[in-house]
Amino acid sequence: MLELIQDYWLYFLVGQYPNGPLGGLVLTLLLAALGLLFSLPLGLVFGMARISPYRWLRWPVTALVFLVRGTPLLMVIFWAYFFLPAITGQKTDQITTMLVALVVFDGVYLAEIVRAGILGLPKGQQECARSLGLSYVETMRFIILPQALRNMLPSLVNQFISTIKETSLGYIIGLTEVSFIASQINVQVLTKSTQVYFILGLTYFILCFGLSRFAFWLEKALYRNRIVKAAS
Amino acid sequence: MQFDFSLLLSGKYHDWLLHGLAVSLGLTVVTLVLALPLAVLVALCRLAPSKILNGIAFTFVEAIRNVPLLAHLLFWYFGAPELLPDDIKQWLYDGNIEIVSAVVGLTFYTSAYMAEDIRSGIRGIPKEQMEAGRAMGFGFIQTMRLIILPQALRITVPPLISQTLNLWKNTSIATVIGVAELMYQAQKVETDSFRSVEAFAFATAAYLTVSLLITGLAAWYHHRYPVRTL
Repeated sequence: MLELIQDYWLYFLVGQYPNGPLGGLVLTLLLAALGLLFSLPLGLVFGMARISPYRWLRWPVTALVFLVRGTPLLMVIFWAYFFLPAITGQKTDQITTMLVALVVFDGVYLAEIVRAGILGLPKGQQECARSLGLSYVETMRFIILPQALRNMLPSLVNQFISTIKETSLGYIIGLTEVSFIASQINVQVLTKSTQVYFILGLTYFILCFGLSRFAFWLEKALYRNRIVKAAS
Repeated sequence: MQFDFSLLLSGKYHDWLLHGLAVSLGLTVVTLVLALPLAVLVALCRLAPSKILNGIAFTFVEAIRNVPLLAHLLFWYFGAPELLPDDIKQWLYDGNIEIVSAVVGLTFYTSAYMAEDIRSGIRGIPKEQMEAGRAMGFGFIQTMRLIILPQALRITVPPLISQTLNLWKNTSIATVIGVAELMYQAQKVETDSFRSVEAFAFATAAYLTVSLLITGLAAWYHHRYPVRTL
C-alpha cells in the first residue's frame, strides 16, 4: 500500500497537472467550493421565494424544488451534459457541466436550508420589524437574514460535505476528479484494486469527517454564544 | 428533432426502459428490506450500555456516511471481490456480480443513515421512560421493545420514509458499476438511437413519479399518525 501511495500520490492529488488538465483531489475540492459558492446566492433567492407572500413567485420555485428534489443528481448531470451545448451553442467542458449541475442541485437544497433558517426564527421578529415601519425587503435585509444566516452556518458546512460527496458523480461524465483518478490508477496497477479503493474511501473519510466535526463544534459554539449573550 | 412519443410507448426501447425501471424498483425494495434490520441493530448498539458496542456502531456510521456512495460501489465492485477466496469469487463472477455489489453497497450506505434516524427517534423519548422501565424490572432489551420502540416509531417513520426516497434516487448511481437499472437503460437507449431527450425524459418522469409517491406517503403518515407528545 505504501508503495502505491509513493508512486501515485501526486497523480492522486492533482491529476496530470501541470502537464495536463487539473484533476484529482484538488479538483474535487475546487469544484465543491465553487459549487457551494455559486449556489449560495441562488439558494438565498429560492429560499426567500419559497416563503414569499407573492404567489407568482412562490409557486414556480416550489415546483422547481419538488422537481429537482425528486430526481437523482445523476439525472441533472445528464441533462446538463447533453443539453447545455444545445442551449449555449458551444461545446461545454466537463468542469463547467458539473458546476452547472451542482449549482442547480445545491441551490435547491440550500433553498430548503434558508427556508428552515428563516422559519426557525420567532415570528415576533418579523412582526416587530414590520410594525416599526420597515418594509418587507428591509425586514428581511436587516432583521431576519442576519439572524437566519448565522443559525444556518453549521448546515452550510454540512452542505459542503454533501457537495464534496456529490462531485464524485462527475466520474460518469469523465470528469477527472479524485474517484475518476483512482479508477485510472486502478487500471494502471491492475492487481491492487482493494488498496486503491480503500485509499480513495479513506481520503473522502478524512476530509468529510474532519469537516463534520467542525460543523458539530460550530453548532455548539454558536449555541453557547447565544446563551452568553442572552444572559448578559 | 421532434419528441417521439411512440418510441416510449412500444418497441424495444420501451421494453428496455421498463426493464430498467423494474430493476431500479427491485433494487430499492431489496435494499430496504436488508437495510432496515441492520439499521435497527446499529442504532441499538449506539445506545446500548456498552462502550465497545457504542464505539463499533459509531465507527460504522461515520465511516460509511463520510464516503460518497460512488466510492462505496467502486470498492464493493472492484476492490472487495479480490479479498474473497477463489471459488467464491468465481461463483460471484458467474452470477450477477454487479447487482450483488450494488445491493451490498446500497444496504450499508442506507443503513448508516437510517441508524442515525432511528437513534434520534429513540433519543426523542424522554430518558425517564427508560429509567421507569428499568425500575419496574424490565431488562434493557425488554424496555426497548415494550416501552421505547413503540413510541419512537411514530417519530422515526417520517425520516425513514425520506431515507427511502434518498435510496430510490441513490439506486441511479449503480449505473456506474453496470447494473442494468433505469439510468443505465436510458443511456443505452441514448447511445443506440440518439434519442436522448426521449430517453432522459422517460427516466426523469419515472424517478419523479416514484419520488412524489414516496413524498405523498410521508405526508399521509404524518397526517394519520401524528407524533404524540407527553
